[in-house]
Amino acid sequence: MTGGQGVSASTLERPSDSAPGSGPKARRKVRQRRKTGERLLHWFTWLLIIWLALPIAVVIAFSFNNPHGRYNYSWTGFTFKYWGSQLFAIPGLTSAMEHSIMVAVIATIGATVLGTFVGLALGKYKFRGQGATNLVQFACIAAPEVVLGSSLATFFLQLKIQEGAFTVIAAHIMFCMSFVAITVRARVIGLDPSVEEAAKDLGAGPWETFRLVTLPMIMPGVIAGALLAFALSIDDFITTEFTSGSFVTYPLWIWSVSRQGLPPQVNVMGAIVFAVGVIFAIANSVVSRRRAA
Amino acid sequence: MRSVRSKLTPYYLMLPGGLWLAVFFAVPIIMMIGLSTMTGNIISGFGDTWHHFGNYAVGFSQYKAEWIRSAEYAGLGCLISIALSYPIAYWIAFYGGARKSTYLFLILLPFFVSFVLRTIAWNYILGDQGLLLEPLKHLHLVPQNFRILATGPAVVIGIVYNYLPFMILPIYVALERVDPRVIEAGRDLFANPLTVFTRVVLPLSLPGVFAGVLLNFVPAASDYVNASVLGGTGNTMIGNVIYDQYFVVQNYPLQASLSFSLMGILLIGIFSYARALGTEEVLEAAAAA
Repeated sequence: MTGGQGVSASTLERPSDSAPGSGPKARRKVRQRRKTGERLLHWFTWLLIIWLALPIAVVIAFSFNNPHGRYNYSWTGFTFKYWGSQLFAIPGLTSAMEHSIMVAVIATIGATVLGTFVGLALGKYKFRGQGATNLVQFACIAAPEVVLGSSLATFFLQLKIQEGAFTVIAAHIMFCMSFVAITVRARVIGLDPSVEEAAKDLGAGPWETFRLVTLPMIMPGVIAGALLAFALSIDDFITTEFTSGSFVTYPLWIWSVSRQGLPPQVNVMGAIVFAVGVIFAIANSVVSRRRAA
Repeated sequence: MRSVRSKLTPYYLMLPGGLWLAVFFAVPIIMMIGLSTMTGNIISGFGDTWHHFGNYAVGFSQYKAEWIRSAEYAGLGCLISIALSYPIAYWIAFYGGARKSTYLFLILLPFFVSFVLRTIAWNYILGDQGLLLEPLKHLHLVPQNFRILATGPAVVIGIVYNYLPFMILPIYVALERVDPRVIEAGRDLFANPLTVFTRVVLPLSLPGVFAGVLLNFVPAASDYVNASVLGGTGNTMIGNVIYDQYFVVQNYPLQASLSFSLMGILLIGIFSYARALGTEEVLEAAAAA
């Protein structure tokens, strides 16, 4: 075994040594150049990460600003007050944030339940209409948001359905569901079907098999899909604007006052959402790494 | 009995989600197509459907500039995005080592701040008296009347910024799948680093680039937030026109025909593109990442 490896290594080494222009000196030069290139790429990566983080830094920094008027454009002094007593001083903003969280929670639950079933069906079974389902799902993900939003808006208008929380939630479940279905499907395809068969052979009914065997196995996919759905829902702007009527969510509230300048409370809430999201993402990756280990 | 039930199982599983998609996706789209060929106005109502294709002609001729601008901004945004993303995805995939997921996480950070809020933050940064230009003007490095905000480049900057992670991720996924032994084999066969890259790594990563273009171009071409926050009134895109036709002018048939044209063009493009290049696999990998 060791002898065989030695032989193959030496046969690989020999021709590259005798190749024209690749003596030890030339090779060192190539390696040197590769190292410089690698370092440049490393710097470039960090530069871009800084560029990506720049607006986040601006949002967080201006949450500590103490503006004189309505305009929170330029730095006029440091304060903690918008993180404390003043945070809920704007009732419209506070209720918009509550609406956003409520919509995201309901839409996540709905999309996760419906999407998990669809993902199971698509990943586990072969059935007639599968191609069409995949196609509709792909179209739903690929369709531009402005089209999704405006078609739903005219749909509600023609059916004389009053727009509000219900229509927003319906729309969010619709566009989040396909993302959940894709993540669950990817997980289901990787499963060993014999485990479920073993459960059935041991006398478990279909519901017990699902609850005790299938569901725990697909859980990482379900959780990933749910997190994705929550993130998509709480941040959605375009579809929400078309389907909300007079119902206001956090992004819509920001949009409505953006021409007059944003109050610092918007930045504080943005920073809190950012921090909570980051903590959840880190926790999720730690948990999944521990589970994998 | 049992086999009949198991044959029906996928349909039961599909039923609730499928119904939801049918009611809130398929039916509205079909009704929108019907609406797009109607005549009438907001006061006397709309009617007489399925034979007024004039809305489409009006939509294209009247808003030609916006259609072209959408394609330009989104296309330019994609090119810049590829140029920025490829080196980074390459570096993370091949030199990221144990910190790969940390770098990917840092790249995804913008998504934890609301899309509208981070676009408005760019408005602050790029504004005439903003965080970038004021110091530069103070130091007389740029002329006093120099501006970025409310120009085309500002919109492109916003588009690149907002969708960049969607370019980096699929390219990274594709590069990550490249077997290092294939690269080694290329070196052993006397290829210099450039040849290894152009003949081995680049072709293997192209599906990722194509997937990234899809994930960038579609939202960028139909977006109206970047154009209205960063582009001012002179750089509107087709998304802005659809928005105005719905919320301001309330010409629903014209708005529906514009929406359907946009979706039709993009979906036909996507399907032929995906068929020809086989990007679906990478798209799924990117969605799962």
